[in-house]
Amino acid sequence: MYIGIDLGSRTVKMAVWDGERLRDYKIVESGFEPHRQAEKMLSGLMPKAVVTTGYGRHIAAEYFADGVITEIKAHAAGIFHHFPDCTTIVDVGGQDSKVIALNAAGKVSNFQMNDKCAAGTGRFLEIMAGSLAFTLAEFGAAALASEQEVQINSMCTVFAESEVISMKNRGIPREHIARAVHSSVADRLASMLARLGYGEMVAFSGGVARNPCMVALLQQKLPEIQVVVPELPDLTGALGAALYAAQVS
Amino acid sequence: MSSFEIKPYPEMWKALDMDVPRFDKMRLMMGDMYAKAYLSQPNRPDGMAYFDNMIAEIHGGRVKELLAAKTEGRPVIGTFCVYIPEEIVLAAGGICVGLCGGSQGSVPDAEKILPRNICPMVKSAFGFKAARICPYFQAVDFVYGETTCDAKKKTWEILDKLVPTYVMEIPQCKNPRDIALWNEEVKDFKAKVEEVAGKTISETDLAAAIKVMNNKRRALQRLNSLRHHNPTPISGKDGLLIEQIAFYDEPVRFTEKVNDLCDELEVRIKNEVAVPATGATRIMVAGTPMALPNWKIHTLVEGAGAVIVNEESCIGTRYFKDLVDETVTGMDNMLAALTDRYKEIDCSCFTPNNERITQVIKEFRDSGAQGIINYSLQFCHTYNIEEIRIRQACEAESIPYMFIESDYSPEDIGQLQTRVEAFLELIGE
Ligand code: SF4
Ligand code: SF4
Repeated sequence: MYIGIDLGSRTVKMAVWDGERLRDYKIVESGFEPHRQAEKMLSGLMPKAVVTTGYGRHIAAEYFADGVITEIKAHAAGIFHHFPDCTTIVDVGGQDSKVIALNAAGKVSNFQMNDKCAAGTGRFLEIMAGSLAFTLAEFGAAALASEQEVQINSMCTVFAESEVISMKNRGIPREHIARAVHSSVADRLASMLARLGYGEMVAFSGGVARNPCMVALLQQKLPEIQVVVPELPDLTGALGAALYAAQVS
Repeated sequence: MSSFEIKPYPEMWKALDMDVPRFDKMRLMMGDMYAKAYLSQPNRPDGMAYFDNMIAEIHGGRVKELLAAKTEGRPVIGTFCVYIPEEIVLAAGGICVGLCGGSQGSVPDAEKILPRNICPMVKSAFGFKAARICPYFQAVDFVYGETTCDAKKKTWEILDKLVPTYVMEIPQCKNPRDIALWNEEVKDFKAKVEEVAGKTISETDLAAAIKVMNNKRRALQRLNSLRHHNPTPISGKDGLLIEQIAFYDEPVRFTEKVNDLCDELEVRIKNEVAVPATGATRIMVAGTPMALPNWKIHTLVEGAGAVIVNEESCIGTRYFKDLVDETVTGMDNMLAALTDRYKEIDCSCFTPNNERITQVIKEFRDSGAQGIINYSLQFCHTYNIEEIRIRQACEAESIPYMFIESDYSPEDIGQLQTRVEAFLELIGE
């Protein structure tokens, strides 16, 4: 049994790989000390190897991990497992968004990450949902249901938020604003992909890939290709780390 | 490690009209930063002791030397750019000091006056003067500025109110008429330095200064080529530090110390002493200057187990790759030889700038690096845009390549660490 743990900014994810299939998985809130959460998740398990990834990967390695890989390599391994023909990944997590190009063997050949600013990340969507008084789950569903598209021009979280507030004050229904927020993130992802270059299939991973509106809009912005989402998209990194653990030990 | 301290000189600072309490805090912070980044490195060459001491004495010993020179009537000139013809200053008995703009600490002071969305190097340097927290800035007779990028040339107008700022026009192209203008500017600069020094520069003075500067460049070239050895005998952080100290140390002594260090490195190479472990991924950086104490990228890359073996930068090869022709005689010819040498510097402020693209690839090959990290300070338009051509050239040559745009603030460290590690993983596969 091989374990991959993805210590992200919002959640800690664990994937248990038995050499042939995903045996088990867990997702918990990161809390104040993500590596403690991870230790708890591991208790009672007897893995052959543990590989960590995500923001907390190095701290965790000081306590228990046998190996450390970046989220980029982990997502590449996870997606290659799900979609061996896919050569492009867009991963949107809590703190950042990445686009990754793979070669035919599933190895990373190029990648880009968003710059410092939170725009285009899970955090951005969360802040916007909050200022429209939606829960995250309602937010994506409401945006999906809305046909009407208004435009958000600002890509900076702070300015975008004040744009959202002024739209609210102009009486624009919040579903329409929700749609505009999603659309602006999808635009950003599409332009990151355009910069990197992409194949015929783009896999969408990370927690934000669970948002149906984000997936639909990304597909809409890239009509010539197929956007695919793996089962349990937020587990992709942890699964990749577990697969890597199996591969090297 | 904890015994390292940047030495305080409160009396002298006070005499220089500095904000002493504030500056003393910065001194302590920089000392800590230095101990953490530098003294923790394993297996450093003994020759680094001199450069450690240059840091320990950065706010005292070297400043004293400048003040002593001033009492002898020798001019002290603050510089911001490698286009300053240093030979002219030396020939007049003067001293050039690079004014550091590599610290986040002074950026908020600058942002009280300057726009926020300009280059952090310009903001940092300006902030040091505005807040009176740099002894060098306080000690200089005047500051040498130039018309390279917009951020700098417009800041000189504001800076001039705080400290006399002399502006040399550097053209934007390298056509014959641009070079002719440049040569006139070199002559004007000579007249300005002579006026401040109260002496006329003779051919002999200038010939001697040219030798001093060329020898300094040769020593730095030698160090650079030793770093290219595989495995490399010295860390990239130490290499960068020496290139940074080159901008404020006394040139003859500095040259001697760099050569001493190179002797030691040659022995290390013979004895197969490697820093860090043999097999570390070799990285070259290209791009905007990393002014003291900006060690951000080096710390990240070497912290991840790789090693930096070359800096294609103004605090790096652009400063020392070209020599002045020493065989020329006659003042006018000598000044033309200076212009000739300085025009070889391939700053992205020029257009076209094809030489730089070729140079980056050449340095990559010479250094035996396995990948290039192109680094641009935030809001530096010319380097940020030239990035596109460097990237395309690297793609054409199948060179692993990554671009980082950053400033001095620590907030993007986590993200940059992930990017750097992923880049090293990519090279490793
Ligand atoms: S990058 Fe250009 S403007 Fe800046 S120091 Fe170098 S030569 Fe001067
Ligand atoms: S890094 Fe760029 S913007 Fe900053 S001073 Fe140099 S040329 Fe100007």
